[in-house]
Amino acid sequence: MLKEGELRIPSGCAISGIIDKESKRFCGEEIIKSIALMHDRSNGLGGGFAAYGIYPQYKDLYALHIFYDNLSVKMQTEDFISKYFEIESAGTIPTRSVPSVKNKPLIWRYFVHPKNYTVKGDIIDDDEFTSRYVIKINKEFKGVYIFSSGKNMGTFKGVGYPEDIGEFFMLDTYEAYMWTAHGRFPTNTPGWWGGAHPFTMLNWSVIHNGEISSYDANRRFVEMYGYKCTLQTDTEVITYLFDLLVRKHNIPIEKAIKVVAAPFWDDIERESKELQNELKSIRSVYASALINGPFSIILGYEKGMIALNDRIKLRSLVAAEKGNRTYVASEESAIRIICDSPDRVWSPKGGEPVIALLEGEQK
Amino acid sequence: MSLDFNSPAFEVIRNEKKCIQCKVCVRQCSNKVHSYDDEDNVIYSDDIKCVNCHRCVVLCPTRALVIKKYPLEFRENANWTGAVLDEIYKQSQTGGVLLSSMGNPKSFPIYWDKMLLNASQVTNPSIDPLREPMETKVMIGRKPEKLEFDAKGKLLTKMPPQVELSVPIMFSAMSYGSISRNAHESLAKAATELGICYNTGEGGLNRDFYKYGKNTIVQVASGRFGVHKEYLNAGAAIEIKIGQGAKPGIGGHLPGRKVGEDVSATRMIPVGSDAISPAPHHDIYSIEDLRQLIFSLKEATNYGKPVFVKIAAVHNSAAIASGIVRAGADAIVIDGFRGGTGAAPTRVRDNVGIPIELALAAIDQRLREEEIRNEVSLIIAGSIRNSADVVKAVALGADAVYIGSAAVAALGCHLCRSCSTGKCNWGIATQEPELVKRLNPDIMYKRLVNLISAWNHEIQELLGGMGINAIDSLRGNRLMLRGIDLNEKELEILGIKYAGE
Amino acid sequence: MKKIYAFESKCLGCGLCEVYCKTAHSKSKNIIKAHKQEDITSAIVIEEILQPPEAVSYFALQCRHCASPKCVKACISGAMYKDEKGIVRNDKERCVGCLSCVLVCPFGAVKKSGDKKAVSKCDLCVDYGQPLCIENCPNNAIKLLNEDEAEALK
Repeated sequence: MLKEGELRIPSGCAISGIIDKESKRFCGEEIIKSIALMHDRSNGLGGGFAAYGIYPQYKDLYALHIFYDNLSVKMQTEDFISKYFEIESAGTIPTRSVPSVKNKPLIWRYFVHPKNYTVKGDIIDDDEFTSRYVIKINKEFKGVYIFSSGKNMGTFKGVGYPEDIGEFFMLDTYEAYMWTAHGRFPTNTPGWWGGAHPFTMLNWSVIHNGEISSYDANRRFVEMYGYKCTLQTDTEVITYLFDLLVRKHNIPIEKAIKVVAAPFWDDIERESKELQNELKSIRSVYASALINGPFSIILGYEKGMIALNDRIKLRSLVAAEKGNRTYVASEESAIRIICDSPDRVWSPKGGEPVIALLEGEQK
Repeated sequence: MSLDFNSPAFEVIRNEKKCIQCKVCVRQCSNKVHSYDDEDNVIYSDDIKCVNCHRCVVLCPTRALVIKKYPLEFRENANWTGAVLDEIYKQSQTGGVLLSSMGNPKSFPIYWDKMLLNASQVTNPSIDPLREPMETKVMIGRKPEKLEFDAKGKLLTKMPPQVELSVPIMFSAMSYGSISRNAHESLAKAATELGICYNTGEGGLNRDFYKYGKNTIVQVASGRFGVHKEYLNAGAAIEIKIGQGAKPGIGGHLPGRKVGEDVSATRMIPVGSDAISPAPHHDIYSIEDLRQLIFSLKEATNYGKPVFVKIAAVHNSAAIASGIVRAGADAIVIDGFRGGTGAAPTRVRDNVGIPIELALAAIDQRLREEEIRNEVSLIIAGSIRNSADVVKAVALGADAVYIGSAAVAALGCHLCRSCSTGKCNWGIATQEPELVKRLNPDIMYKRLVNLISAWNHEIQELLGGMGINAIDSLRGNRLMLRGIDLNEKELEILGIKYAGE
Repeated sequence: MKKIYAFESKCLGCGLCEVYCKTAHSKSKNIIKAHKQEDITSAIVIEEILQPPEAVSYFALQCRHCASPKCVKACISGAMYKDEKGIVRNDKERCVGCLSCVLVCPFGAVKKSGDKKAVSKCDLCVDYGQPLCIENCPNNAIKLLNEDEAEALK
């Protein structure tokens, strides 16, 4: 049977996210409770979390979370990493034993700083350097998978129900200002830890419920810009799309949302001349970055959290606010179980993002 | 030479019980197949003149006529077939190059029919185009590498000129001269009503049709017929024609008898003179020369029109296409070896060039590898027969398609492949006033509108089935295709998986 | 009142209008029988005009349904009449075949019928709703129009 990445696997899912816009950190119990409520939306073949603000002591270093199949590939990979990065600190990611979580790989964590002077020729920044080598390792090293590579953030994922994965990674012992969680219902997978969500690239993390029908159009588009979609998953390509648009092309996040969930041509015709020109330009230049088919996604990045539906809302997505906190989830009940009297609950329209940024951040 | 070895290709069978001697067939056949005998009150048909255009069959009020393949058999021979011998008889009589019309009719593989489309089941929903928006609009033209916004989020990038198409289908280049004025008018009117474009071909643009300019692509070919500044500015885009799928490497020849006053004025050549397009552009002997022409045309139009470059699909198309992008073209047009023509040397038409499906797949992939695919539009031509072909072309990587044969079929063409005789009974490929009259643009343009509207409905259904609501998300989406009856190499070039994979 | 107008610029000269005119005015109403077994004269006639070298132009002749029709005045048996809608019609039962109408019609629109007993002329296919020549013209060259509309199209 082929592993994730060797074939394309459609899957349905549960998603949940919480952010404290004042950057107050809170432990992982709440997000686990929220995602656990939607147990039936997963089937035990994948669960995961992204947590932002968890490594304040190493906030300027890239935190690499890595799965290894065996010790020999670990040694090879570490040799390679130390050639291109200063490793400040390394160790296993602490876990506790949970009966339902089996076949765990070796799970290691490194805090690193890129030696980008090692690249000859054009000078590239730390982010570009790190992303290149992360993509290179994931593409070329068999039995190795870097599943998290951001700063002051990390993802934790594996094969199992999300609540069990949360327990396994001891998320109750971490404190973050933003948490996102994912429970997976793949239709066909042998269960590979790297295939669980969230998918991350540097500080970007994406969790996603849906099956995008534009996958190959999006994949072939991002692959023109140096990305390599090794996993063949929707989350992977969505992450790369945002990384390309926001980091590489420097497009404001609000416009990037117009790219992936573009307004309809008919609606564009009704806008002012100036806005028409802008939207037409976006749709023309980034036509291949439009994400089509059903999806609800939660994007996390250093500035905050964005939740988005496809433009005709083919997947459920509910949002709520209480005080400084913004909640989003596949189901309203998954919010209410951790926030019983929200100030406001709403169901975002198709293509209309919920943008919850940390205070002081610009859209 | 009194003895000629030719035998009829078709047999005209008249059901005498049904024939009412109304003489409609006699009057309608420009090849003079049918004749009325007053004495016997009978209509006779001379089989050898028949080209099987079906005009008499369609107009016969009592359905008394049938045209069949002439039942004359040669002694069975898989190698020396009747068609091969007939060509030898013809050439040994005339000493000339064989001429043919319309696209390559040989039984080469049709890759469109070896690719199957996907549909959504359970894991994602199909979309009903009758209830949900379903977008088929495309923008043709050069795209900047990326968009830039200022700190306030205002768009700074100025977009190069684009052609907006409501459906990713345009009418192929067919010159005024090769087809009639009424055929041209039908195409122009239909394109305008549909929000798409038609292409003037290399014969210039009649002044009466300048009013359709927004939906016109003006062509500049090696003969430069009818090219002047006003012409270049009259259309929505300019197309430089380097080659044509039906006759790669060959120029064109419009015989003087088709150059009447109107054609002469439009082409800017004397009445009755042969219009000869050289094989190459004599100012383009290399890619850097092409760049100069592209930019001359842009200068002449104040950088307000996209410039397309059309080439025939040949062995090295992918590399040539890349060169064309770098030469500054805003869109590349690739015409496959099945593309139609008014007249081409038979040997060239049937033996030169490659299938459009393979050329398209190779070019799209190559441009992606070179990271320049997103900068240009890719338009293909060369036998798009129905909406499924359009959908498959887009999934392989095309932005839009041109249709020529399908468009003339909507105008009545029955593919008798006798365009070069100039006696088209349907009023399409002719300049004879009494034949041109038969194509009434006011009636016929609606057939084109119907055809494209019908295809658009079908495209929307197919998109909806795949769970896609904008054609943008199908472009280059090769996972939506699966191959059937293809070998590994073909799958590799097409970049698709086999059915069941 | 609407009449039949033929437009030369559109007429192909195929003659289908004649075929259907004959059928419409036959007893059997069957296209084959009407032609093979009955002898009907078409009320609409396609004229071919040959001009050098080979060009042909066509136009159709048909009844103008005149305001004061000469044929009605000339009719000796009262067969030719103008009905309440203004259509000039011929009652075949009363027609004696004197051909006075044929002689007086300034447009040649009334013709001797094959059966020699009556004359044949356009009655706008009153029995059919729409004249069959119009319905079957392949190029929209024949139209049912009132005078203003026809003038506008000329």
